[in-house]
Amino acid sequence: MDFIVNFPLFTIVLSLFSGVLCMMLSGKNARRYTIVYECILIVLVSCVLWYTYTTGAAFTYVMGEFPAPWGNEIRAGVLEASIALLFLIVMLCSVLAGTHFLIDDIDESKLNLYFTLINLMTAALMAMTWTNDIFTGYVFLEILTLTSCGILIVREIGRTTLAAVRYMILNLMGSGLFLLGTVLLYDITGNLLMVPMQARIAELSQNPQNMMIITMSVGILTIGLSIKSGLFPFHYWMPDTYGWATPASGSILSSLVSKCYIFLLIKIYYRVVGIEVFEKMPIRYILLVLGMCGIVFGSVSAIRAGNINRMVAFSSAAQIGYIYMGIGIGGTAGYTAAIFHIMAHAVTKSQLFLTTPRLSEVSDRSLKFKNLRGSGIRDKNAGFFFLIASMSMIGIPIFAGFASKLLFGMAAAENGNSVLIAAVMLVLAASSVLNALYFIRTLLRIYDVSPSDLRVRHTRRPAYNAPMLILTGANLALGLASWFFAGLIGQGLSMFM
Amino acid sequence: MLETLLANYEEAVAVILFGIGLAMLLFQRNLIKKLIGMNIMDSGTFLFLASMGYIEGRDAPIIVDGVTDPSKYINPVPAGLVLTGIVVSVSVTAIMLALTVRLYKRYHTLQLDDIYLLSRHQMEDR
Repeated sequence: MDFIVNFPLFTIVLSLFSGVLCMMLSGKNARRYTIVYECILIVLVSCVLWYTYTTGAAFTYVMGEFPAPWGNEIRAGVLEASIALLFLIVMLCSVLAGTHFLIDDIDESKLNLYFTLINLMTAALMAMTWTNDIFTGYVFLEILTLTSCGILIVREIGRTTLAAVRYMILNLMGSGLFLLGTVLLYDITGNLLMVPMQARIAELSQNPQNMMIITMSVGILTIGLSIKSGLFPFHYWMPDTYGWATPASGSILSSLVSKCYIFLLIKIYYRVVGIEVFEKMPIRYILLVLGMCGIVFGSVSAIRAGNINRMVAFSSAAQIGYIYMGIGIGGTAGYTAAIFHIMAHAVTKSQLFLTTPRLSEVSDRSLKFKNLRGSGIRDKNAGFFFLIASMSMIGIPIFAGFASKLLFGMAAAENGNSVLIAAVMLVLAASSVLNALYFIRTLLRIYDVSPSDLRVRHTRRPAYNAPMLILTGANLALGLASWFFAGLIGQGLSMFM
Repeated sequence: MLETLLANYEEAVAVILFGIGLAMLLFQRNLIKKLIGMNIMDSGTFLFLASMGYIEGRDAPIIVDGVTDPSKYINPVPAGLVLTGIVVSVSVTAIMLALTVRLYKRYHTLQLDDIYLLSRHQMEDR
């Protein structure tokens, strides 16, 4: 059983190795290899989740047997394992369902390089989830940035290159600020491992004079990661980036990459700064306000969008706002809601980004609303999956979106003052109405029976339907057993201390 | 105030460099200048790290003449971090330059505003 403690390291090292291996394989073989490999990773991470869940304790893996202040560490608890498992499942489903479009969008000879990037990205996602060392976090954060730029530009049209440049410029700014924040924290604490850093910060925060410099460092770090994850007002790169990427990339970028940055941020708040010290800082109120603004402005932009992909991308900006609102509400309930929303949004948004290209495919490859009329009838499967994901986004009960909204409301009611409760409830209500407005409008359009051409054109594609069913199942599971997942996250957060 | 700044002039310079770089990355419209700004920003951080690791009057942490007392040497970790940071910065610059070349080949300009205008008509297609 103790052999399982090696698995987190395996997920990182084997992914790096697979990246190199895929470079040498042909496109088709690289795809096959990646799919099998992702399945193996899912098994490995499931073992870790089972192990930490049954033992009820997190474990630390010391690399190279160097003890605490010098070595590098990996840490696995229930929360890390469940987030890693979710990332891998969504990654596998995106790659499976997106393959058909990949072959259209990418030159055959370069297909293996796409899977190289996917494997390197998996390594970065895994490392950022497991790491117990803030500088390792920085290094893999840069690898994640580079690979996400890579999977964006594989589709060689001018728009994606431009989108990639804008994406990279903002991301580089974010990385620079994150590095500065990390360096400042290292400077204050003299450590890069999370546990000794937290001990030192707890000691220093006793003196109010030190609070300013700690707040400033954490603030710089927060700005860096919030730019990278697309918090309002840094969300304007989203529509171009997500909308023009090949569908598999759009789905991965919106549902995994931006979430991974937020997870790292939560991890830093809990494990580096210490949640008691962080709750004293004004940063969380700023995040609360920006998150709320993001929800409203993202939804309004989504209503104004004239193209289905831009609409879905802007709604991502709103969903990122939700997660930051959870961090702003604070307390275990707030963080539970935020992390639950990371999961709910990852399964929903990937499904949306994988259905819109199929709807456009049966509408003369147009993404504009006026051309999409009746597309849900022409391609029944894509229409159905879009319907499911839309209902989750609006917040219809039994779907994940409803459960996360409920958790946000409960978190606000549990530990907020009356102004906070009123504000959160108001934003939740407004956002549900706005979400309903643009998703129902879209649904009415894609199920419009007036166009003359309503021939059913979808072809049987098990490679598309199976992963979409898995995502739908995950969505329903999160919605129906939300109490179980909220408990799991709560247990994970208590292990974070 | 001024005395504190003068005493820590390396850190002050590092932060000023970081600010210059960040401003260039944000406000310059020319892609190459943006990249130069990014490099200045990173250099600022590296200077900050390196100056923090250096302790006046101590040697590089390489054992010569059998002196193993740690108080005789400077802290080697920041230097290691700077090296890692430089590697990251170089690879990011390389990929950004490659993207810039690709954009230049397509649009024949390096001004981001012009490129954006030129790409607008492509967007109308779909």
